Amino acid sequence: MAYSDKVIDHYSNPRNVGTLDKSKKNVGTGLVGAPECGDVMRLQIEVDEATNTITDAKFKTFGCGSAIASSSLATEWLKGKSIDEALAIDNMEIVEELALPPVKIHCSVLAEDAIKSAISDYRVKNGLPALELAHH
Amino acid sequence: MLKLPIYLDNNATTPLDPRVLEAMMPYLTEVFGNAASRNHPFGWAAEEAVDYAREQIAKLINCDSKEIIFTSGATESDNLGIKGVFEMYSQKGNHIITATTEHKAVLDTCKHIEKLGGRVTYLPVNEQGLISLEELEAAMTPETILVTIMYGNNETGTIQPIREIAKIAHKHGALFMTDGTQAVGKIPVDVIADGIDIMAFTAHKLYGPKGVGALYVRRKNPRVKVTAQMDGGGHERGMRSGTLNVPGIVGLGKACELARLEMDADSARLSAMRDRLERELLTLEESYVNGSREHRLPHVTNISFKYVEGEGLMMGVKDLAVSSGSACTSASLEPSYVLKALGLSDDLAHSSLRFGLSRFTTDEQIDYAINHVKEAVTKLREMSPLWEMFKEGVDLSKIEWAEH
Repeated sequence: MAYSDKVIDHYSNPRNVGTLDKSKKNVGTGLVGAPECGDVMRLQIEVDEATNTITDAKFKTFGCGSAIASSSLATEWLKGKSIDEALAIDNMEIVEELALPPVKIHCSVLAEDAIKSAISDYRVKNGLPALELAHH
Repeated sequence: MLKLPIYLDNNATTPLDPRVLEAMMPYLTEVFGNAASRNHPFGWAAEEAVDYAREQIAKLINCDSKEIIFTSGATESDNLGIKGVFEMYSQKGNHIITATTEHKAVLDTCKHIEKLGGRVTYLPVNEQGLISLEELEAAMTPETILVTIMYGNNETGTIQPIREIAKIAHKHGALFMTDGTQAVGKIPVDVIADGIDIMAFTAHKLYGPKGVGALYVRRKNPRVKVTAQMDGGGHERGMRSGTLNVPGIVGLGKACELARLEMDADSARLSAMRDRLERELLTLEESYVNGSREHRLPHVTNISFKYVEGEGLMMGVKDLAVSSGSACTSASLEPSYVLKALGLSDDLAHSSLRFGLSRFTTDEQIDYAINHVKEAVTKLREMSPLWEMFKEGVDLSKIEWAEH
């Protein structure tokens, strides 16, 4: 399969690979996917509680090049965004940016799920109700 | 300078040996006759070349040259062998026994036989990829006309106990067929000593050209016949019509001759190289060889690297042309059915790589492959949440995954 230059770039030089301290109250963690499906993404955000802004984002992904690129791109986009702006990220924006082919759209869906799941985790930790997460 | 990418997918196909090409060249140009033209020298020259090739092939597998039926390749040979026996021996019975790890050319042909009203038993394999002789014995019935079990597996290289299987088939009055595609030319295959009645094989897995293969059909003890699957001029003793692919056949003959002369040396060199590759890659934690390490082809290894995903791994080893156990070309992932049959979980089947070495593989290429794979696996594991959890001692099977 031919990958776009952007997918290859993110795969070869992934941004923000790593782990944030999930015991911290201002860190939200999203773990989505399943090993037997071939993709597991873990996306973490660190939030400045005063401004409600995402100050750091890290990921680790088990998956194909498109899954790695989708999560890498997501962490790039998340940094500096408010929670509300982050929630507005749509998987199709990732598809467009990375020029994902139709068979790889599920990678972008997973990245969107990971963002929402991380935000939901952050909310719960801070006494807010969990987000209603769509199931794909 | 090492040329990249490095070709290590020789179970898919091998490059043409230049000596084979040289033998073929005249038959692509000046000696162009139809081997069935009996009334002029053009035909005679072609027929002579075909007869010579039959001898070369017969010597490699220890049969009579009249027992070779030329086809377009192993898929056609598998089809002709199985469907041909099913039709020819329908008076005797309608039951065929095969195994779950066979090539699709055998499995899908058997599915077709079932649609025609035949009965097929698909024997399971153990974690080594071997069938159980007891299960084979138990599956035999008076209606069993054919047992078809491959010689060496294309994905793992596992070699089945061919002689014992043949004995059981014969004891119950059934014919024994084997798909010898990966084995012929790589290890000694002797149709007499092995008790093989029918065998499919092809030129392009043993440094010959694509588009030509053969079916060995035993002529005595017992005399075996298969019903032709194509109607036409009645070539190949009436079992396979169609003008013979003379240059291809010459190539197959030459490839068999070279294999016979060089097999021992090739096999020793390739297995040493394969063992080194394997030993080095197994120094990576949580890596496993798939299939039997005791009974297998000399040039193949299939290794799973846990906690990395197959397609990501393939992308990471872009300088190598290898196969993965993951057929991830669509949104629904389909792990290799062969590895699944060995009892591998989906994720281990996905994260496997098959290395197939050839006569032309060099030590330098293997050195490069070792480093390249090690780097890719290490990098992907550093990126893998599953690897991190494994390292922290988390039991991944206890996690409730949100399947999507």
